[in-house]
Amino acid sequence: MLVETKAAPDLRRPGRATMTSGQAERVRRAQRAGAYVLLIAATGVFLLPFLWMVTTSLKSDAENLAFPPEFLPSSFHFENYARGWSGSLPFTRFLVNTIVITALSMAGNLISCVLPAYAFARMRARLGAFLFALMLGTMMIPREITLVPKYILFAKLGWVDTYLPLIVPEFFGVALYIFLLRQFFTTIPQELIDAARIDGASEWRILWKIMLPLSKPALAAIMLFSFVGNWNQYLESVIYLRTTEKFTIPLGLGMFSGQYATQYNQMMAVSIVAMMPIVVLFFIAQKTFIRGVTLTGIAGR
Amino acid sequence: MSGVAAVLSRRGQHTLARREARRFHLFVSPWVIGFVLFTGGPILASIAISFTHWNLLRSPTWAGLANYQKMVNDPEFWDSIGNTFYFGLGAVSLGVVFTFALALLLNQPLRFQGLFRTVMYLPSVVSGVATALLWLNILHPDFGLINKLLALVGVSGPPWLGSTEWAMPALILMSVWGAGNTIVIYLAGLQGIPKTLYEAAEIDGASWWRRFWSVTVPMMSPVIFFNVVTGFIASIQAYTLILIMTEGGPANSTMVLGLYIYRQAFVFFDMGYAAALSWAMFLIVIVVTLIQFGLARRWVHYEFH
Repeated sequence: MLVETKAAPDLRRPGRATMTSGQAERVRRAQRAGAYVLLIAATGVFLLPFLWMVTTSLKSDAENLAFPPEFLPSSFHFENYARGWSGSLPFTRFLVNTIVITALSMAGNLISCVLPAYAFARMRARLGAFLFALMLGTMMIPREITLVPKYILFAKLGWVDTYLPLIVPEFFGVALYIFLLRQFFTTIPQELIDAARIDGASEWRILWKIMLPLSKPALAAIMLFSFVGNWNQYLESVIYLRTTEKFTIPLGLGMFSGQYATQYNQMMAVSIVAMMPIVVLFFIAQKTFIRGVTLTGIAGR
Repeated sequence: MSGVAAVLSRRGQHTLARREARRFHLFVSPWVIGFVLFTGGPILASIAISFTHWNLLRSPTWAGLANYQKMVNDPEFWDSIGNTFYFGLGAVSLGVVFTFALALLLNQPLRFQGLFRTVMYLPSVVSGVATALLWLNILHPDFGLINKLLALVGVSGPPWLGSTEWAMPALILMSVWGAGNTIVIYLAGLQGIPKTLYEAAEIDGASWWRRFWSVTVPMMSPVIFFNVVTGFIASIQAYTLILIMTEGGPANSTMVLGLYIYRQAFVFFDMGYAAALSWAMFLIVIVVTLIQFGLARRWVHYEFH
């Protein structure tokens, strides 16, 4: 089943003049220095919005309105954090709600995306190509346009002002994640699967013992996207949730700007607190992106 | 005898294929059930809506092809398609190259690697409102950071969001900057390349550039392909940041199709026309995606055929 493609690397070519180890070391050191310079420059650009959020969150109410805005506040107002979080809006309650919805949705996403992705990547069926095209098709339809019919459907089911419209659909696969996982599953060498099949392994076993362990970085990426997506979910929450007790953090932030249109300092303070879980999760997840998913037993490739 | 064996083995293959198909259906069932329950119905409904006049308040009335006729004769619609392609091509080509380079950098075994990666992801986490406010400040013609920096080297910067020429490039720059998810996908992809390939290439004396083109790119091609396809879909549909930043102006120069649909649906409450426009967008996206799948045969390298 292995087909050599045009893209298969052909690396044999006359060896270049070999460098002495001293030269090689110097080249390596120069490359590393270059990488650091580029990374630090990029970091500056990428860190800017966050720094700006932090400085805005520390400004006084009066400085908030100044135009043109100054980057640094003249005095630091850490009380903005307490004022924003425990002001007129119950953000602790919102936090609990957000955690519940996000945890259930993430679990649903993970279960319901792995199986179809494996099927689309490695199984053959007459309807396979058609269903895959259909799934990609659903990604191409602007979400706004199914919003109203979807609302009518969930209203008829009596699901408005419950978490069901936010959680239940998450258990039935997300096209984008299925497509992403499928792409990763297609890069796993076919020999590994064939060998397992010859040993009599079931599809479940192949999925559990070969595909998933070798796709850990992709799984981590999907968990991250699912977490961020559900944590920041705004549009659907605004449509389906009515009672303030049931609100999530993004909805709270939205209300905040409605109530105090100009108090960006408090809004930014709460935003920073709300994004901390994502930053921590990302820091943990990125560790799976470390070189070393080694594929053993496939010599000569 | 051999004939019987051939028939038997053919039948054996047949049942094997049948069993594989059955398993396929079992495995894809979560998505298929979800499609039937939650997606298929609303999609069919939106097709029906595109043949009606509907303002959400009164019940819809039959319009026949009126919405589609209106669309064909609507110059703003055609302009918005041009703008959509400008934005999509700019954002995807710049984004795919820039984020790939960043991912390669972030994949080097350097110190503080985790910290660097986290920082690059930050823009994707910062709330949309904060992002928009920040960029409005950065792009401000007189006080903005970019024009201040340009002034230092003696260049008087353009009015960015205030000019029909520079508003779109500014939005494209912004979109590239918030592409943390693309970096994550590339990083995940880079982990899947067997080290043995690089070792073999090194033994053969392949230079860094050669290893990049002959190992990294072909091995990453399914992932690059994913980013190109989904990047295009997302940028053709994108409108929220544009809505906050420019509202389609100045002089409709950043009025992309997604924003035009949003306007028809939720500003003018012309749901029928918005639905018809959405199907036009769907058609555009599907044609672009089919072309990409066609081209993929030439450059995407899969392990399985």
